[in-house]
Amino acid sequence: MRQMMKRVAACWAVPLACCSILTGSALAGELEAFAGLKGKIDIAGGTAHIPVMNDAAKRIMQANPGVRITVAAGGSGVGVQKVGEGLVDIGNTGRPLSDEEIAKYGLKSYAFAIDGVAAVVHPKNPVGNLTAAQVQEIFAGKITNWKAIGGRDAAIHLFTRDEASGTREVFWEKLLKKGTIVDSANVVASNGAMKSALAGDPDALGYVSIGHIDETIKAPTLDGVAPTQDNARSGKYPIVRKLYMNTKGEAQGLTGAFIKYILGPEGKQMTAAAGYLPL
Amino acid sequence: MTPPTNRLAERLLFCATAVSAVAVLAIFGFLLWFSLPVFHGDAVATLLSWQWRPLRGEFGILPMLAGSLCLSVSAMLLAYPLALGICCFVHGAGPARAARPLVTAVRFMTSVPTVVYGLVSVFLLVPLIRNAFSGSGFSWLAAGLVLAVLVIPTIVLVIDGQFRQVQNGIGLTGIALGLGPIQQLLRLTLPLSARGLGVAAALGFGRAIGDTLIPLMLAGNAARLPHSLLDPMRTLTSHIALVVATDSQSLAYGSLFACGVVLFLVSLLVNLALRGLRAGHD
Repeated sequence: MRQMMKRVAACWAVPLACCSILTGSALAGELEAFAGLKGKIDIAGGTAHIPVMNDAAKRIMQANPGVRITVAAGGSGVGVQKVGEGLVDIGNTGRPLSDEEIAKYGLKSYAFAIDGVAAVVHPKNPVGNLTAAQVQEIFAGKITNWKAIGGRDAAIHLFTRDEASGTREVFWEKLLKKGTIVDSANVVASNGAMKSALAGDPDALGYVSIGHIDETIKAPTLDGVAPTQDNARSGKYPIVRKLYMNTKGEAQGLTGAFIKYILGPEGKQMTAAAGYLPL
Repeated sequence: MTPPTNRLAERLLFCATAVSAVAVLAIFGFLLWFSLPVFHGDAVATLLSWQWRPLRGEFGILPMLAGSLCLSVSAMLLAYPLALGICCFVHGAGPARAARPLVTAVRFMTSVPTVVYGLVSVFLLVPLIRNAFSGSGFSWLAAGLVLAVLVIPTIVLVIDGQFRQVQNGIGLTGIALGLGPIQQLLRLTLPLSARGLGVAAALGFGRAIGDTLIPLMLAGNAARLPHSLLDPMRTLTSHIALVVATDSQSLAYGSLFACGVVLFLVSLLVNLALRGLRAGHD
């Protein structure tokens, strides 16, 4: 067990370390905006944002020991609620805020990236292409065996996200066209949990944000279009959404500097490195 | 006359007890207060239905209630006899040399964090179930097995404590009567421990129905009644954990407080029922 924990930790540590070495202080100039600033920024919410937030937090804290930044998950809904109640400084969402949310809390949104959502399977799954209609029928429970769409003779193990998920919202609206998701589907609580569930099950079908796709899972082409950053940028891949940071009122001081940093050239670079399209 | 230090201790202990009791009542009060909007509107009719479709305004929590009951009862059916067996083994049925290491091991189990059981099971137990049977492996069976492992130490420690207490009192009498260790266990210790056996069941059940991470990570969380042990299911606790992230202005969010009330009541009723059984026994 300890061995496995170590291996899991190593999986994460190595790419993180590489990122920081490669991109280290190439653009240290922008970090000067934080010079002299002291205090704490608490961030919570959408799980798709976390790689970018962690990367930025690490660089800022390394350059400015007076600044502390915490990043917590929770999902888009938690992001709105926590920033609205003043429990955190920035609440991240993978969906635009509802009118009720803006009215109740007086929130201001800053979009910083475009993210695609893709249907994904186990890397050993022979199915290389799915049509939108097939995905809709699978999630509606009309197709239940991989054989029907060119795979091996095995039941499809369906995985979905909870209703609070911004990833689910865009997948359901734009790919499933607000169709049914059969109630026997397994429900997981984050993009990361979805990935580990799919990476272990050769007969699974689920969906993750494009930024989370790596060699442990495979994204079949959708109607012949590969779900990649380039195709999302050109508009060829249509299942996309924006990622937002939200603050209570106009972002000021340290929080304002953080948002400016994310929206600036170095932030754009980190956003792209995490697999998203910077805005 | 009681000495003044005793009176002070008494008062302090009374305060501690009062604070705990008031906290429990306050929690229940707050849950009721926050779930009022749901009980007021039209949503209350859908609350007690079998459909959880928040986007269509259907907030049925019955599948989750049934899930919680199925899971905790099945885990208890597995864990309780095992725990009772361990206790009997330790108190006379097994060799005395093995008793101490076994109790130490069980004590150690209480300190294993739930999330560790969950994580290990995702990588080891779930693929095993998937390959041995059918389905995705995230199922009632996976969660039930791990939950049983989780509650065994709770039950063992309570029964063990009770057995010790009883045996301290009657050990010599038993020997004087010429009873062997097993006879003593079956004829004296077990019948005299009815109280502890009931408390152990109540505590174990409370732990089982209240656990969140095990069902969240292993049970698959499909919001419907499982048709078999291999089907995914969702408990009230994991339901709350999943839905708490939604828009806090929505009725779906409000319905969570109703879930909290139901969970509280189920726990309370089971506790009272077990206490009632015990009273009948005495």
